[in-house]
Amino acid sequence: MSDSTPAVVEHNPDLRHHFANMEQQTETAVMGMWVFLITEIMFFGGMFAGYVIYRHLYYSAWLEGSQRMDFWWGTINTVVLLCSSLTMALAVRATQLGHRKSTVTLLIITILFGLAFLGIKGIEYWGHIVTEHQFPGPGFRFAGPNTSQVEIFFSFYFAMTGFHALHMIIGVALVSFIAYYAWKGRYGAHYYTPVENTGLYWHFVDIVWIYLYPLFYLISHVHRK
Amino acid sequence: MSAHIASKKLYITVWASLIVLTVLTAAVSYLELGPFNIVLALVIATSKMLLVALFFMGIKYISDKMTIAVIVAGLFWLFILLALSMTDYASRGWV
Repeated sequence: MSDSTPAVVEHNPDLRHHFANMEQQTETAVMGMWVFLITEIMFFGGMFAGYVIYRHLYYSAWLEGSQRMDFWWGTINTVVLLCSSLTMALAVRATQLGHRKSTVTLLIITILFGLAFLGIKGIEYWGHIVTEHQFPGPGFRFAGPNTSQVEIFFSFYFAMTGFHALHMIIGVALVSFIAYYAWKGRYGAHYYTPVENTGLYWHFVDIVWIYLYPLFYLISHVHRK
Repeated sequence: MSAHIASKKLYITVWASLIVLTVLTAAVSYLELGPFNIVLALVIATSKMLLVALFFMGIKYISDKMTIAVIVAGLFWLFILLALSMTDYASRGWV
């Protein structure tokens, strides 16, 4: 806000008329993105709370279920996502500096990491569903005394990692969209809010995985293979 | 807030720390700690979450107090959800 008479400034074509200046517009957009991310915390938070309650009720079944996770694929996928977050953060930085080519390159690398994550998740799902018959429902097979409780563990596994994977698919679509417009020269030092907000979304989805990894793969010291 | 541009070196340092923490959490998961396996894993996960949130998401550089209020409110809501659910379930056997 200006305390003197408004000075005549060069009009930024990306400034919407209902905002006083670019700074206010950006702050508003970023706060709006955070409000959206809070609703995402609520969405995932409900499933996390359910997980915690059932983990408390069916303690040993949770250990048995966790021992059937693909420990190495899970660990590799964590590394893949962290790398994608680095390239996403660097892409936002490149946009802020007005480096169009490196922005596009970094966004494409981010997309490739995202697709690699989804591919690995697909390999894991194939193993659990097709090979091991661990998808909850009439076809569920699990040898042991706590079969139906382990089935609940797998319900949480598929629901939580499935919704996470859905967010990854949406993330890859968003980053592709942003990469296209970055390539067209839409963003730069003067205007980069869409890149910044897509980055916030991407990092949020990464944080969800940062918690899913220990909750499903690391609760037992016994690992499969 | 948006005026801040972090250095490339900072981002790479944060990323390297995240990879080190991932290797650490995978390694200590082989230790037989009983119920403390998950406690240790969640402590490491929370450090990773803070690194991503503060630096990659740039919470450390947000100057707009309203946005900070939104973030704190969201995390407080999550705390209420988890803490009050667990005080219920964890204390049911006490009666």
